[in-house]
Amino acid sequence: MSAGADIVVARPGREMPVAPLLFAGSLALYVMTALATGQHAYLTGEGFVGLAQRMVALGIVALGQTLVILVGSIDLSVANLISVSAVLASFIMTGEPAMIAPAVLAVLALSAAVGLVNGLIIARLDVNPLIATLGVGLILQGLLSASFSNFAGSVPAAFQAFAYGRIGPLPWSVLLLFVLAFAIWLLLSRTRFGAHLYATGGNRDGARLAGIRTERVMIGAHVLCSLMAGLTGLYLASRLRAGAPWVGRDGVYDLESIAVVVIGGTLLAGGRGGVWGTLAGVFLFATLDAVFNMTGIDAFPKQVLRGAIVVLAVAVYAVHSKGHVA
Amino acid sequence: MSAVATQSRPSAALRFARGINVGLAVFLVLYGTIAVLQPGYFEVEGFLNFLRRAAPLIILACGQLFVIAGGGFDLSMGSLVTLTVLGGSMLAGGNPDNTWWTIGVLYLIGLGVGLVNGLVVTLLKVPSIIATLGMLLSLNGAALMWSGGAPRGYLPENFRALGRLVYRDVPVTGIMPLSVIILIGFVALAAWLLHATVFGRQVLAVGDNPRAAELSGVPVGATRVLVFVISALSAVTAGILLGGFAGVSTAVGQGLELQAIAACVIGGAQLLGGRASVTGAVAGGLSLFALFTLLNLMGLPQPLRETVQGLILIAAVASSAWRMRRA
Repeated sequence: MSAGADIVVARPGREMPVAPLLFAGSLALYVMTALATGQHAYLTGEGFVGLAQRMVALGIVALGQTLVILVGSIDLSVANLISVSAVLASFIMTGEPAMIAPAVLAVLALSAAVGLVNGLIIARLDVNPLIATLGVGLILQGLLSASFSNFAGSVPAAFQAFAYGRIGPLPWSVLLLFVLAFAIWLLLSRTRFGAHLYATGGNRDGARLAGIRTERVMIGAHVLCSLMAGLTGLYLASRLRAGAPWVGRDGVYDLESIAVVVIGGTLLAGGRGGVWGTLAGVFLFATLDAVFNMTGIDAFPKQVLRGAIVVLAVAVYAVHSKGHVA
Repeated sequence: MSAVATQSRPSAALRFARGINVGLAVFLVLYGTIAVLQPGYFEVEGFLNFLRRAAPLIILACGQLFVIAGGGFDLSMGSLVTLTVLGGSMLAGGNPDNTWWTIGVLYLIGLGVGLVNGLVVTLLKVPSIIATLGMLLSLNGAALMWSGGAPRGYLPENFRALGRLVYRDVPVTGIMPLSVIILIGFVALAAWLLHATVFGRQVLAVGDNPRAAELSGVPVGATRVLVFVISALSAVTAGILLGGFAGVSTAVGQGLELQAIAACVIGGAQLLGGRASVTGAVAGGLSLFALFTLLNLMGLPQPLRETVQGLILIAAVASSAWRMRRA
């Protein structure tokens, strides 16, 4: 995607603060719908905790997707990796609390390896990231579906605490999402790797000429992204109490994670954007789900509306950009 | 990638040759293997039947090629195929008298979808990957809403004939499927449009560098809108053929958009625009379909076919990137 870096030129000083606007707009929509339909349970503390919990799965994978899009790449293999991780975790655990640590380590090691492969294919073999990660995703899904056709193994009760346990009023999983978001924000804004990531995404050739090892940055971003997908798989296994080979695809985590990153104001071409916009995009999707539930809209019109909202949410600020968009 | 593209500017003929080579070579190897396993494929009749089944994918690849050449993506093709098949069976309701106006309405829907995609990208400046992703979600929802979640009605015989009719006792070739005639006509039209008209040059110029194209007087917006219209119309055409021999189902178009993009890329098209050839897209579509046929013949379980498809996809693109670097 690096070739598109010069296409969109936003005027400095006229940039919209995407994250707060998106967050406030979503919140207003949520509150107004709850008041209009008289479902005040949604406005209690418990209601908001439920709303935050809807953000976790998509949120974690979208944080990783933010990194690869910032560096000028993209990852279509996350949905398949999520399925692989969820199945692998519950297959290794088979209900044994003693196997939690080995299962988690195995999932994280496999995720890192997949990210490494993605990064190497893109950076070393010069394969377009869309095709490379699409191909890796197909390979993963094929191997997984050939080995498992249904729920595999199970998750011990101790591990279900990851999805259902709470510390005070706050679920562990929500806490994890915000800790990860904060850590990635630190990584992006306070470390050399973060600066190199923005530089590589903004202008890969320029960054290379400036002495940045762009290949390593690209590979590092992909490893982190795949680790996030692995964590999402672990979370889903914990929430569903077992992994199944379709959990990732059913959640459309590949396309939805890309959509929320772009809705959050990160340039698809790389080099500009950040974590908070992505979280605001995830918040928008979570509130939409809740609003559809409150109003009782059918599944099919919901899909039509969701498609239109994805486009409009991006259009709201994209329409101001100068130049041409591909 | 941009550096590679600007460093080497080989002659048009050389680029053209390089464009068809990977896809064509892959196709010949795959088809040769198929024919060894099933000698019927060596005969003209076997080849024409293969073409008949490959026609929808090749037509989709040719349509997608225009969008890719212009620097974008069209992810909504597969869902438009589904909408065409479901909508066709609902509108025609099994009555042969309804076939022709039904096809007219389907093309009008396609025109509308293409226009919306193109206008969202050019006027609202939404990246095409997101614009057509939104369209994909909406069209899938609309198709299911229209049909009530499950396919209803059926396609009349003269509608299905477009995809499945085979003329017998034809001189030279023996048989001639109607869909192969449609395929040849469509490919010829696409090749003429991309390689022999000013519009085709403008598409490639817009894909290569929209700012430069605009400064040299290319109507960038109109060109972008038109490529999405071409892509949508090709999806309707593919949907009509698929309805003929695949029957009516809600999953008929699923994943076809990615196969079409893969076919273009295997055929040497450069993602994000500027380099594309119709011959390459046809070769890419043929090799992808030959791959599916081969894996089917070898009796590989369905999931492992996905794995092999992924491997071939990466290998084809990596080899073409390697050749580009060496050049």
